[in-house]
Amino acid sequence: MRVRTGLALGTVGALVVTLAACSSDDGGSKGAQDTGTRTITVAYQKTSAFHQLDDLLQKVKPEFEKANPGVTVKLEPIEAEEDQYYTKLALMNGSKSTAPDVIYEDTFQVMSDAAAGYLLPIDDYVKKWSDWDQFQDAAKQAGLGVDGKTYGVSMGTDTRGIYFNKQIFAKAGLPTDWQPKSWEDILAAARTVKAKVPGVIPLNIYAGKAGGEQTTMQGFEMLDYGTGDGKGLHDGDKWLTGSQGFVDSLNFYKTVYGEKLGPSLDVALDASVGSKVSTELFPKGKLAMGIDGSWQPGGWIAGDNKWPGWEKTMGYAAMPTQDGGGAGTTSMSGGWLLSVGAHTQHPQTAFDFVSTALNKDNSLTYDTTNSQIAVRKDVAADPEYLSYNPSFKFFSGLVATTHFRPATPDYSQISSNIQVAVESVATGQASPEDAAKKYDEELEKIVGKDAVSAAG
Amino acid sequence: MATETLVAPTGRGQRPRPGSRRLRALTRSTPLVPAVVLLGVFLLGPILWALYGSMTNTGLTGYRAAKPEFVGLDNYTALLSDGDFWKSAWLTVVFVFLSAVVGQNVLGMALAVMLRIAPKPLASVVSTLVVVAWVMPEIVAAFALYAFFSTDGTLNAFLGWFGLGKTTWLITFPLLSVILANIWRGTAFSMMVYRAALSEVPAEVDEAAQIDGAAGWQRFSRITLPMIRRSISTNLMLTTLQTLAVFTLIWVMTGGGPGTQSSTLPVLAYQEAFKFSQVGYGTAIATVTILVGAVFSVIYIKVLKPEVD
Repeated sequence: MRVRTGLALGTVGALVVTLAACSSDDGGSKGAQDTGTRTITVAYQKTSAFHQLDDLLQKVKPEFEKANPGVTVKLEPIEAEEDQYYTKLALMNGSKSTAPDVIYEDTFQVMSDAAAGYLLPIDDYVKKWSDWDQFQDAAKQAGLGVDGKTYGVSMGTDTRGIYFNKQIFAKAGLPTDWQPKSWEDILAAARTVKAKVPGVIPLNIYAGKAGGEQTTMQGFEMLDYGTGDGKGLHDGDKWLTGSQGFVDSLNFYKTVYGEKLGPSLDVALDASVGSKVSTELFPKGKLAMGIDGSWQPGGWIAGDNKWPGWEKTMGYAAMPTQDGGGAGTTSMSGGWLLSVGAHTQHPQTAFDFVSTALNKDNSLTYDTTNSQIAVRKDVAADPEYLSYNPSFKFFSGLVATTHFRPATPDYSQISSNIQVAVESVATGQASPEDAAKKYDEELEKIVGKDAVSAAG
Repeated sequence: MATETLVAPTGRGQRPRPGSRRLRALTRSTPLVPAVVLLGVFLLGPILWALYGSMTNTGLTGYRAAKPEFVGLDNYTALLSDGDFWKSAWLTVVFVFLSAVVGQNVLGMALAVMLRIAPKPLASVVSTLVVVAWVMPEIVAAFALYAFFSTDGTLNAFLGWFGLGKTTWLITFPLLSVILANIWRGTAFSMMVYRAALSEVPAEVDEAAQIDGAAGWQRFSRITLPMIRRSISTNLMLTTLQTLAVFTLIWVMTGGGPGTQSSTLPVLAYQEAFKFSQVGYGTAIATVTILVGAVFSVIYIKVLKPEVD
């Protein structure tokens, strides 16, 4: 009997081991070594739809190795969708022996990862970098940690809006220069498409937990920041609870998924829905409208999923506020950074790699191929940049009414709870009111009673 | 070995002094020491570490990743008042009961019995097919089943031949899908255990019962089942514990969704630890899973009394 109980504990214990093994080990890098033979590892994301960064780094690697004899650059692409990418990165950072030297870091994770001790402050390095003045102030802000130090160099920013297929719109009898004035206009167009063009998904708005941040940012926040006074989730230093805008935004999801105006749930809740939308649903004309990021055309202009003639098919519209009030339109902006890992043994070399990867030419390459909104002044003014992609003008224009995500170290955890709320409403498992209430409770658990206030 | 021969001459007939008996017990268990140490380091160690981890607020990122605090039983109190946890616990019980206890065991036993009386070529073809599911690595099996149940998958294509419409199995019946998947994957194990056990039942006992006029079912339930009781108990325990720890299969097929409709405890533990970055809280869930496994094992041991014959 004792043996059997031991066996029982052992089998299930194996499950615990995996979790227990994830505790962090402390201590930063000692004895930086920036001469002689050295290897720096670069961790970044790569998917079927997102290969532009891989292209860039493959190009920078030989350049950098040639200019810095003795240095080997080890590229470690993490082939995962966004959510798993963060998890994998956090696990790599958990141990000194696996922590990368250069990290592709989402701006919303930077505060959290800096607080966790995963990132190295690079103020001393950027100070000596002559190109640093070329970066716009907003881009410098995006790399700051809670302590006000710089933890990353911005690769570009983005905005979000509505893409629509002009051919489908024409079939449905909708204008091809469409610009909705309110959420109701979007729903009305979706209902028209559903009635007149069968077999086409009228509207995509990301709704799945598995989709991670795209569900929060391209999905929920595009709605929530267009409600009421446009404050969204956070005001001053307080998180908002009991917000009517939150419930209304969830109600939008309820309508879209309840009336089957969105993709079927097996598509919507899949982790790979983002890739599917950009490489399959839009190019094959199976999706009439999608709320998505400004980087989309990057994948259509060149690469494995090239879509010739996309610019004739796709139209863009700004996301309207709930009832057209306030600024009338809304958008969300984020972006990614290249950061230096806190455990690196070669901080100067790692930073040099970052500064090479984001010098003018390379920034220009990345910002054009990945349809980023340039944050370097010299790139933004470059004629090659301006003429590269016909959608740049539109999406750059959205900067006027854009919003940024709350910059706090708790944001990533709160964002996960927003995804839970959205998925529970989209699947019909919870009413918008209940889901919003549950979010408020979880929010209070995460940030504490003192950091929340009731929305006015 | 050498130590044992030294002690052996204390010899029979001679009443050993209590001290020497204790010495003998000690020396005789010496060869066990490496095994005990290994168990201690690789089994007990992580469990104790997990217990400690579950009493901290360790995070995956943020301040709590750098400086976790000891929070005592806070994670457990939070767990007990969390509706998601109770839902997961219930889903786990249903999943384990239907897929392991009922599905794999009953089907495994049925296959084992039928294969005994089936003609040999048929038996070997069927058992090979069943074992293939078991041989596949879990991740491969999981993707195969995902492909089978997904909306454009094999099952719907098959049903389409009969004019049946498309069903979104993984969305509409997530728990049923993963239960069927786990039965498909795990039945081979039970079948093999039971085939071995059945071949150990002496034919004479069965024939004697037949002469006494016992019908087929009576012979099976009164003679065969009691005789292989120990195999049943061991098999039930192994399949239960394996199923309790199933993660890959569910994660690949449904990701625990839609919503939390198929989040068993391991999936919930993963989500809490790696999606919501609360490693401490996730560890607490995993620790509770150990307890659930222990409870199941105790029940089997008590009910089936494998040690007594």
